[in-house]
Amino acid sequence: MVCESWRAKLDTYLDGEVPEEEMRSFDAHVRRCPSCSGDALTRVQMKRSIQAAGRRYTPSAEFRKRMQQKIASKRRRSFGLGWTFAAAAAAIIVVGTLTSVYLGTRSGKDRVFSEIADLHVATLASSSPVDVISTDRHTVKPWFQGKIPFAFNLPELQNSEFSLLGGRMTYLDQTPGAHLIYDVRKHHISVFIFQERSLPGRLDENPVSKKQPFNVETWSQAGLRYFVIGDASAADIDSLAKLFKAAS
Amino acid sequence: MPHFERLYNFACWLTHDRQEAEDLVQETYVKALKGFSSFQKGTNFRAWIYKILRNAFLTSRTGLKVTSTVQLDLEGEEETLPAAEETPESILLQRSDGWLVQQALEQLPVAYREVLLLCEVEEMSYQEISATLAIPIGTVMSRLSRARKALRGGLQQQFAERVN
Repeated sequence: MVCESWRAKLDTYLDGEVPEEEMRSFDAHVRRCPSCSGDALTRVQMKRSIQAAGRRYTPSAEFRKRMQQKIASKRRRSFGLGWTFAAAAAAIIVVGTLTSVYLGTRSGKDRVFSEIADLHVATLASSSPVDVISTDRHTVKPWFQGKIPFAFNLPELQNSEFSLLGGRMTYLDQTPGAHLIYDVRKHHISVFIFQERSLPGRLDENPVSKKQPFNVETWSQAGLRYFVIGDASAADIDSLAKLFKAAS
Repeated sequence: MPHFERLYNFACWLTHDRQEAEDLVQETYVKALKGFSSFQKGTNFRAWIYKILRNAFLTSRTGLKVTSTVQLDLEGEEETLPAAEETPESILLQRSDGWLVQQALEQLPVAYREVLLLCEVEEMSYQEISATLAIPIGTVMSRLSRARKALRGGLQQQFAERVN
């Protein structure tokens, strides 16, 4: 019965459209309930399939050129007709370009954060979340040698509440990266590391919480982009991020 | 040209015809330039330009034909989707058969197809979809839910056809 009430709102939750407080309750439930997490995973797969299938048509170069010429001629004519039209044409280009740049950057950034969240959830839902199972950083780090095109340092966890569970290879935008899983008071936290230059857009800001049911921290250091994500508290995420920053 | 490629993609999904989609995109930019004074500062530019395209589609020959033959919305009681542990469509999705999803999307009524595309492909918020389609947010949610259900139904049908 409890699951039924969650499930009725599952799509709204996955669309990032339920209030933040409810988002956290949802997240806690999905983590506890295998049935709901399975359902959530299927729906995430469905969303991604629709997204991939929906980006199907691309305008031809010829049509693009024709449109550019048409708009340019409209703008020239507008100039002749008077300042009002010219101002409107100029304004639409400025507003349009700014909106396009803003939305393009935002949409690229949101997409990366959304992919990171998907990778985190999908891995935890997997029956074998890690490929190298070890609490020893000296075992986990060498495992990545030859598998990813960069090297990174793992922090020393002595005197901290975190424990390393293991690691696995991962991909973001067809680029290989490292995925490490840590544990803190029964919460799993994922740390993703990719080469900065292989990722799209500017990712300096942390994500908008509306779309993110998790706490996330991201930064760039020595050409590598780090993401720390999980349902642990923001303070825990920050502590683990600081350990990584200190180790790099 | 802001949103040019995405508007074209959306137009192709609405019309199922590349030539018609080109006409629609062209009409959209011409109307946007002419009617820029109707764009209110501080409101969403993307929703505004998509709304122009959609209105142009609805008044086009194909749009009129589609909307006169398909009942746009059947509002009513929400039906909860069944748990999806290992369903035919999840098997299909695992096989990453993009072509089947495209087929299922194509076969959806235009009202369902457009709301799904705006949500999943354009990644619009419910608020933006509401502004684009000029419908209340509650209707956006119920229509999305029905669209997803219809898509799953389409995938299940395709799965059954493949098995038989």
